[in-house]
Amino acid sequence: MPQVANIAVSILFDGLAYAMFLFITSVGLSVTMGLMGFVNLAHGAFAMAGGYIVVTLTRTLGIDFIPSLIIAAVVVGAVSVIFERGLYRRLYKATDLEQVLLTIGLAFMAIATFTFFYGPVPKSVPLPGWLEGDVNLGFRNFPSYRAFLIVLGTALIVVLWYAFERTNIGAKIRAAVDNRRMAESVGINVDRLFTLTFALGSGLAALGGGLAIQLLGLSPSFAVLYLVLFLIVVAVGGLGSLKGTLLAALVLGVFDTAGKYLLADAGGFFVYAVTVAVLLVKPAGFYGRE
Amino acid sequence: MAASDVMNGTDRGLARERAAEYLLSRHRFRVAEALPWLVAIAAFFIVPDRMTFGSQVLIMVMFALSLDLILGYAGIVTLGHAAFFGIGAYTVGLAAARLQWSEPISGLFVAAIAAAIVGFITGWFLLRYRGLTLLMLTLATAIMLQETGNLRSDISGGYDGLPGLMFKPLLGAFDYDLYGHTYYLYVLAVLAVVFYFVRRIVYSPFGQALTGIRENVRRMHAIGSPVHRRLVAVYTIAAAIAGVAGALFTQTNAYVTLTVFDFDNSAKVMVMLILGGTGRLYGAFVGAAVYMVLEDYFSKLSPTFWQFGIGLLLVLVVLFARRGVLGLFESVGELLTKGKKR
Repeated sequence: MPQVANIAVSILFDGLAYAMFLFITSVGLSVTMGLMGFVNLAHGAFAMAGGYIVVTLTRTLGIDFIPSLIIAAVVVGAVSVIFERGLYRRLYKATDLEQVLLTIGLAFMAIATFTFFYGPVPKSVPLPGWLEGDVNLGFRNFPSYRAFLIVLGTALIVVLWYAFERTNIGAKIRAAVDNRRMAESVGINVDRLFTLTFALGSGLAALGGGLAIQLLGLSPSFAVLYLVLFLIVVAVGGLGSLKGTLLAALVLGVFDTAGKYLLADAGGFFVYAVTVAVLLVKPAGFYGRE
Repeated sequence: MAASDVMNGTDRGLARERAAEYLLSRHRFRVAEALPWLVAIAAFFIVPDRMTFGSQVLIMVMFALSLDLILGYAGIVTLGHAAFFGIGAYTVGLAAARLQWSEPISGLFVAAIAAAIVGFITGWFLLRYRGLTLLMLTLATAIMLQETGNLRSDISGGYDGLPGLMFKPLLGAFDYDLYGHTYYLYVLAVLAVVFYFVRRIVYSPFGQALTGIRENVRRMHAIGSPVHRRLVAVYTIAAAIAGVAGALFTQTNAYVTLTVFDFDNSAKVMVMLILGGTGRLYGAFVGAAVYMVLEDYFSKLSPTFWQFGIGLLLVLVVLFARRGVLGLFESVGELLTKGKKR
């Protein structure tokens, strides 16, 4: 295969895997922000918590990687409800700034707590054999782990799409994102709906955090380091839009990967340039409501 | 208001006079306002060996003050204010390292102008947006500046920065001393000038218009206030002040690295301001001083503990003391005076 095509395929493949991670981690944030307009800067902390739970389950308790991911998602989803009921709900009507401060405060506390228990050094996770090495797709080899990410991401997208577009609950969520007051007046309990989506979103973030260990490395600063990327995906995609989040994750994932392949020194410049360009033209993101 | 409909000429004149009187009375210096300055001067004599740290506190006060202008008065929520601090810091740093322009005071002016230009351009584009979009755009601006610096590390020195900068003696006479006494007084003097300027702005009709925009932007549009122009104006001014703070940072430390553009720096200054109280000028003094002293003490004990503490502090401030430390004092004061009256 010619060199140029080879690099292009690598960029697309890695970009796609990265995009899947971004989508899984950000989608919950997008829906909760669309529902309540709540700026949750602690979302990255939920992802980080998920990652550390996976580390503990696999390393200390010897549970396999895949079941650990599921347990982490469920545990973080359940714990997030406590935060939502206890703290977040008091600030639904507060300003953006107050929400930003409360949640960044929580993120700091989370970082400190996890540094205390796990130390600041990045952690790794033992993978099952079939996720290590390469997989041959006929014309060349690809890293198995990234292929697994793409498959898992695609499956999740299909499930989420079905839940969002074809089920009763999904219809309620869409109605509440569109017009919260109207949804409430036709008898939809938006409060409970929000708790549900918040738990689901945090659980997915935890799953993303677990998946990120192998892809990006996991240290306590993960909570803030990648938070910016999640927020960008949400802003570029448009609040509360599944389609938008997916599109934004794909665009940003591929651009970031391409930037790192072709111009390593520029680092994250491309992602931010794309973000600014999109938001200047479409302030509410790809599929957001202006 | 219904009352104004039936007002006759003399009443209106009276009302106008009273409004002018009110504005002037707000503008008048109060005795209590001398307190932070007295503390700053007292610190010079009480802890003379900590003046290098003292300069850093004063610089953060100035940085927080510039944020107070846009956040506290105009209600612009930004996550990228470090961009202007960084521009100022690098203007002075690059001028000294690459152009051998190391005269400190003229450096401040150049830094202010450079930061103001960046503030004007970015503000012109970004201040049409609100909410999450604005948060992301301001954040992205700061990071893009940082990445640009990293990309041209042949000029900027990258993350290693520009170490060992040399600056000429102040006014050609006062040189840098080991304990940072000269620079402390220098920073204090610059802060006093900047503060006087900010105070004038805040109590001017322009400042009132900004408060109006913060409280109800639709109504300001409706009464024909040039909202966008005013926001860009205050954003530019705040950028210039942040630039001066950044320039002082470089001059007092004699080095600068790309970390000045960090998100942490933007977040830190916002935390300081919130801690002290927004939209009240002296909130910047209290917040920056309290934060810096606590950080100095606790982060030496344990950085992890400090990070947890500052997180907890933020949560508590949002839940129980939304007007900051100064607001808390006010509330307590009100309670006490109420108690006396009874």
